[in-house]
Amino acid sequence: MNKIKGLILVLLVSMLTLSAVACSKKPAALSGTVKADGSSTVGPITQAVAEEFKKVNKDVEIAVGISGTGGGFKKFVVGETDINDASRPVKKEEIDKAKANNIEMTEFEVAKDGIAVVVNKENTWVSDITVEQLKKIWSKDSTVKTWKDVDPSWPDIPIKLYGPGTDSGTFEYFTEEINGKAKEIRPDFTASEDDNVLVQGIEGDKGALGYFGLAYYEENKDNLKILKVNGVEPTLDTVMNGTYKPLSRPLYIYVNNKSLERPEVKEFVKFYLTKAKDLVKEVGYIPLEDSKYQEQLSKIK
Amino acid sequence: MSVLKEDLVRLIDNPESLRRRKIKNKFFHVVLFLCTIFGVVVLAFLLYDILKKGLPWLSVDFIKNFPSRFPKKSGIYPALLGSLMLILLTTVIAFPIGVGTAIYLEEYAGNNRFTEFIKLNIANLAGVPSIIYGMLGLAVFVRALGMGRSILAGSFTMALLILPIIIISSQEAIRSVPGILKQASYALGTTKWQTVTGVILPYAIPGILTGTILSVSRALGEAAPLIVVGALSYVSFAPSSVMDAFTTLPIQIFNWASMPKKEFQNVAAAGIIVLLIILLAVNAVAIILRDKYQIRMKD
Repeated sequence: MNKIKGLILVLLVSMLTLSAVACSKKPAALSGTVKADGSSTVGPITQAVAEEFKKVNKDVEIAVGISGTGGGFKKFVVGETDINDASRPVKKEEIDKAKANNIEMTEFEVAKDGIAVVVNKENTWVSDITVEQLKKIWSKDSTVKTWKDVDPSWPDIPIKLYGPGTDSGTFEYFTEEINGKAKEIRPDFTASEDDNVLVQGIEGDKGALGYFGLAYYEENKDNLKILKVNGVEPTLDTVMNGTYKPLSRPLYIYVNNKSLERPEVKEFVKFYLTKAKDLVKEVGYIPLEDSKYQEQLSKIK
Repeated sequence: MSVLKEDLVRLIDNPESLRRRKIKNKFFHVVLFLCTIFGVVVLAFLLYDILKKGLPWLSVDFIKNFPSRFPKKSGIYPALLGSLMLILLTTVIAFPIGVGTAIYLEEYAGNNRFTEFIKLNIANLAGVPSIIYGMLGLAVFVRALGMGRSILAGSFTMALLILPIIIISSQEAIRSVPGILKQASYALGTTKWQTVTGVILPYAIPGILTGTILSVSRALGEAAPLIVVGALSYVSFAPSSVMDAFTTLPIQIFNWASMPKKEFQNVAAAGIIVLLIILLAVNAVAIILRDKYQIRMKD
């Protein structure tokens, strides 16, 4: 019995010394947890980065939630998460709340997203739409019922509207850019939090008009028709260089400065900005120019 | 009396009326059959659709892999483990509390206003939307009790969610124990507790188990309260303790279904098949347990 006790003691001591040695040297392998939450638009990018990061750093645990930009910030400002994915810039009251909890944050822009305005494949009368026309269609007190109401040269076919649900950042952004005020919109459109439902709706309805993230159009190119907005078609180039206006938006991650001091978070964010260029494309968004990533990388010491 | 008799005679003697009544009978026979078949056909269609999409994607790798941005490499491992741990813990928490409450209410509690009040509340709780439990879980377990966004907090929330159903079905089961059995037990001079463990529980356990398993199945399919409590959509690690962050099957499936890439619809279907298999397995366990105890009772 004593022998076993002695053996365990020896084992314990040797383990302690080993780990002490491991710690005193520069840690070879990172460990710990990185907690991210926030926008469901940015979520897939962060997940892709996490997937790749894990291949290099096996012991770092990464958790990504998608409670929406605002929902994510609620957790971020009380220090429950290290990183918040955001499809809009942080609001003043969110910064204030964070400050009240002694939390400072750093903003990193990671990608751009275009919002596609889409119609049915059989729609022959429109290929270009202006922001004013969109506003006429989507505004809160809109009386537009048929395509003819928008432009007399268009046919007398009922216009059916499809758009993301009210919890979505895309919805918030679209209403702000088109109607001038966030979340203000006519009530009689088909809303879904699942963009694939919108795709199906527009596919099956000749008079349909809808909007959603460009990635969903790219995947359903063959069954939908995309419109130019103010004469510009949303493509990789026009979104990247900012000529597709106003329906393209930057996507961000916000990192808690205290968390950023932890090696695993620091490495993760560095990795994020280094790999974003390729990963962003793979999940359907548009990367920034190289120099922008480099510039932001230099912000991390 | 005589009027009724005359009516009957007239009806039977009238071949036209007889014919009409027979047609009416036939008609409703068909209508009722269609009602029955409607649900089955819809279910069959859904199953066919899911199996067609999902089966080709179902493989050992799918079970063993972590979710990925590539549909082909995507797997369900952390969600599967998360769901199983969550369900196990939920049952461990909810079952004793639920059955205990039911025994108290049926056997010990006096027949007074207070008991009525409790019963009324439990019945109401069974009808509360699940997301409300999520908010409660977030406030109480995650924040106030400091469990964090862990499997433990999720399990307690789920346990609260299914408690009313367990309590009510256990009460029903206990109430169905024949009075003569109880009286016979008491006549032997046993205490209440002896009667509960010796007579009531053995007799009621099949019913209690059925109710419990049904409610556990419900918990297995819930996503809304867990999202509020803080289950994540993506975890890069398999949960190893009850304090770990986690995701579950329904959340993972929902996440896949909303992805832009078309192939993820098939991955989601494969996920649904896994969820269905687990549900069926859980139900099978319930039936086996129930049958086992029922046979014992007959002896």
